[in-house]
Amino acid sequence: MTTKVNCKIDNISVSVEQGTTILEAAKKINIKVPTLCYHEDLCVAGNCRVCIVEQVGTDRLLPSCATPVAEGMEIITNSLRVRNARKRIIELLISEHNADCTKCFKNTKCELQSLASEYIFNDEGFINLVPYKNYKEVHLSPSISKDDSKCIRCQRCVRTCSELQDISALTVAYKGANMKISTFFEKPMYEVVCTNCGQCVNRCPTGALVERSYIDQVWDAIYDSKKHVVVQTAPAVRIALGESFGLPPGAIVTGQMVAALKRLGFDSVLDTDFSADLTIMEEGAELLNRLRMSLKENDTTVRFPMATSCSPGWVKFMEHAYPEYLDNLSSAKSPQQMFGALAKTYYARKRNIDPKNIVSVSVMPCTAKKYEANRPEMHASGYKDVDYVVTTRELAMMIKQAGIDFLALPEDDYDSLMGESSGAGVIFGATGGVMEAALRTVYELVTGREVPFEHLNILPVRGMESVKEASIVINNPLPEWDFLDGVELKTCVAHGLSNAKMIMEKVKRGEVNYHFIEVMACPGGCIGGGGQPIPTNYVIRKKRTDAIYSEDEGKPIRKSHENPEIKMVYDDFLKEPLGHKSHKLLHTHYTPRNRY
Amino acid sequence: MSDVKQIVHNLTNQYGKSVESLLPILQNIMEINHVITEEAMIEVARELDISAAEVFGTATFYSFLNTSKPYGKYIIRVCKTITCMMHGKNQIIEEIELMLKIKPGETTHDRLFTLLETNCLGQCHQGPAMLINDTPYTQLTPSKVRDIINSYLVLEVSNY
Repeated sequence: MTTKVNCKIDNISVSVEQGTTILEAAKKINIKVPTLCYHEDLCVAGNCRVCIVEQVGTDRLLPSCATPVAEGMEIITNSLRVRNARKRIIELLISEHNADCTKCFKNTKCELQSLASEYIFNDEGFINLVPYKNYKEVHLSPSISKDDSKCIRCQRCVRTCSELQDISALTVAYKGANMKISTFFEKPMYEVVCTNCGQCVNRCPTGALVERSYIDQVWDAIYDSKKHVVVQTAPAVRIALGESFGLPPGAIVTGQMVAALKRLGFDSVLDTDFSADLTIMEEGAELLNRLRMSLKENDTTVRFPMATSCSPGWVKFMEHAYPEYLDNLSSAKSPQQMFGALAKTYYARKRNIDPKNIVSVSVMPCTAKKYEANRPEMHASGYKDVDYVVTTRELAMMIKQAGIDFLALPEDDYDSLMGESSGAGVIFGATGGVMEAALRTVYELVTGREVPFEHLNILPVRGMESVKEASIVINNPLPEWDFLDGVELKTCVAHGLSNAKMIMEKVKRGEVNYHFIEVMACPGGCIGGGGQPIPTNYVIRKKRTDAIYSEDEGKPIRKSHENPEIKMVYDDFLKEPLGHKSHKLLHTHYTPRNRY
Repeated sequence: MSDVKQIVHNLTNQYGKSVESLLPILQNIMEINHVITEEAMIEVARELDISAAEVFGTATFYSFLNTSKPYGKYIIRVCKTITCMMHGKNQIIEEIELMLKIKPGETTHDRLFTLLETNCLGQCHQGPAMLINDTPYTQLTPSKVRDIINSYLVLEVSNY
C-alpha cells in the first residue's frame, strides 16, 4: 500500500501519494500553476522557475514541479511574493528572448508569449540582451529550423531527444551566459544524427524550434494556373487537424478536411491511405518473398527481421545508428513517396496531364517527411516525386489564412483515382497499424482465409505499450505456400526511437528471432508525429489512436488487397507487386550515414 | 588506426566504457593533444556508445578542456578577476605579451606557450596569480614573470 501525505494548497486540503509533486497535487484540485520547462512526457528539469510557489512558514520559494509534497505542508500559489517573483522570472526570460512576436511562426501559439500576456511589462524591466548575444539562426534543414534567439534554454528539446528518442542530437553546450542548445560542434541539423522526427518541435514552448514551412510555395503552386496541384493527406492528419480549430483530441474531421482542401484550390484531393494500401501490397509481397527464399530455397543471405520503412525518422535513425542492418529495412518506399511516384506517372497518364505541370503536395503529421521528400533518390518519376510537404499545423494555418470557417464546412469526399482506401490504410497512423494491415493481407494471401481475429481487429499489436510482440501460426496454407505450413510468424512493434534502439540491440545480440518488425519513430506512431497540433501528451495520443481505429471500423473495406483502386493500379499499370515497374517506382535504397 | 583513434582506444581500455569515464578520458586527451578535436569526440562517443553531441556538451562545459585551436605545451592562465586586477594583473599580461609576442587567446608559433585569462584561482590574498599548466605562481611582478617564463624556456633548451 502506498503512503498518503496531506497538504493544503491555497487553503484547500488535498491528500496525495507520497512522492507526488506540489504541481501534480495542485492540478488534482484544479489549481493551475504556470509552467515552462515542465512537460508531462519528460523528466523534471526545474530550470525555468516559473512554477514557483510559497510555503507558509519558510522564506524560500519552491519550484512546484520539482518539490514533492511533505506531510502538513501549506502552499500558497498566488501570494504577492509569488506573483512578483514570477513576473521577474518571465521578464528575465524575455530579456534574452527575441520577442519580435508578430514575425514569429509560433505567434499566438507560444507558451512564453501566453505567460507574458498574463502580466503587464514596461520598459523599466531588464535590459534587452538580444542584440548583444550573437544568436544564430539555422534554416538549412529541409525539416526543422532552429533559432537560438528565441530559445529560453528550458531544455525540453534536449530531454525529448535523449529520453524519448535516445538520439541526443541536441545537447546543452558551453556554460553560464554562453550556454546554448547545440548540435555536435554546432553543425546544422541536417548534417548530424537528427532524424527530423520533430518531437522537439512538438515540445518547444517558443519559436526556437519549428518546422521549415513550405506554405508560400504551396500557395504559389495553387495560384499558378498552368499547374495541376494534387494533394495527399496522411491517415493521422484527419484525426488531429480538428484540434487546431478548437475541437477535442480524437475528433474525426476527414470530410471537413477534404472540403477545406478543395476550397483552398487544390485541383485534386487524394489520400495517402491509398498508397498505404499499396505499401502493404509491396511490403507484404517482399516479406513473403523473403520467407520463400529463406525457408524454401534455403538462401542464407536473406535478412530477418524485415523492418517496415514507412517512418522516415526510423529510416534515418537506421542509416546513422545501424548501417550494417540497412538490408533488413523493407525496400518498399513509404506511402508518401509511393504516392508521389505514381502521381507523376500513373495519375498523369490516366488524367492525360503532362507530369511536368503536376505539383505534388502532401499533408503529413510529420516533419521528417519533409526531409524524405527532399532525398535525392526520390525522383523515380523523372521529377521530384513529392514537391512540398506541409504539416498538420501548416495546413491549419493555410485554412485560417483562406478565411475558411472550418467547423461549418459540409463534409466532402476524396476525388477518385488514388483517393480510395481501406481501413488497413487508415490505421497506418497508429503504432501497430502497419503490422495489423500487413497481417490482414499477408495471412489471407497465404491461406485464403481472413486473419483469425474477431472483426479483423488484431488487438495484440494495438495499444500504447512501448514494445508489443505477437505471433500467428500459419496452418493449411494454399498449395503455393506449403512451405509456410506450421510456421509461426513472429512480429514485434515498437514506437519511439528509444524503444526501437532497444529492439535493435536485442536483434544485434541475437536474443530475438522475429520475422517482421514495425517501428514508428514517434511516440504513439504518426498520431503523435512531430507535425501534429501542439500540445501532445499521453491522453491526447490515446484519444487520437482511438479515433483512428474507429475510422477503420467504419470503413466498408478493411483490407488493403480489397481496395478496388489498388486492384486497378495493378491491372492497368503496375501489373504485379515486386514487378518491374513496382521496382522502379515503389522501391528504394538506403545510405549509411555518420555517427554524429 | 589514426593517432587520435589509438589514444582514445587506449584510454577507454584504461578507464572503461561507462559514462563516468567520459571526463577522465577527455582530460587525458587534453593532456596529450592540448586540444579535443571533432575526430577525438566522435571516437570517444563511439567507444562509450553515447551521442557525439553529449561528448561535445561535456567538453565545452569545462574551461580546462579546449575544443578550438590546439593549445601550446605550456598553458599560461592569468587570473582576471577583480582582486588580481587591483594587484596589477594587467602589467603581468603586458609583460608576457611583450616577451612571447602573443595576446590572450593566442599561441606562440613554436607551439610552446598559450596565454589565457582565467577566472579566480583562489589566490586573492597573494595576487596577482597565474597557472602554468598545473603549477600556480603568486605575488607576481613583471620581473618575476620574466624569470618564470625564462625558466620554462631554459628547460626546453636543455631538453634538446
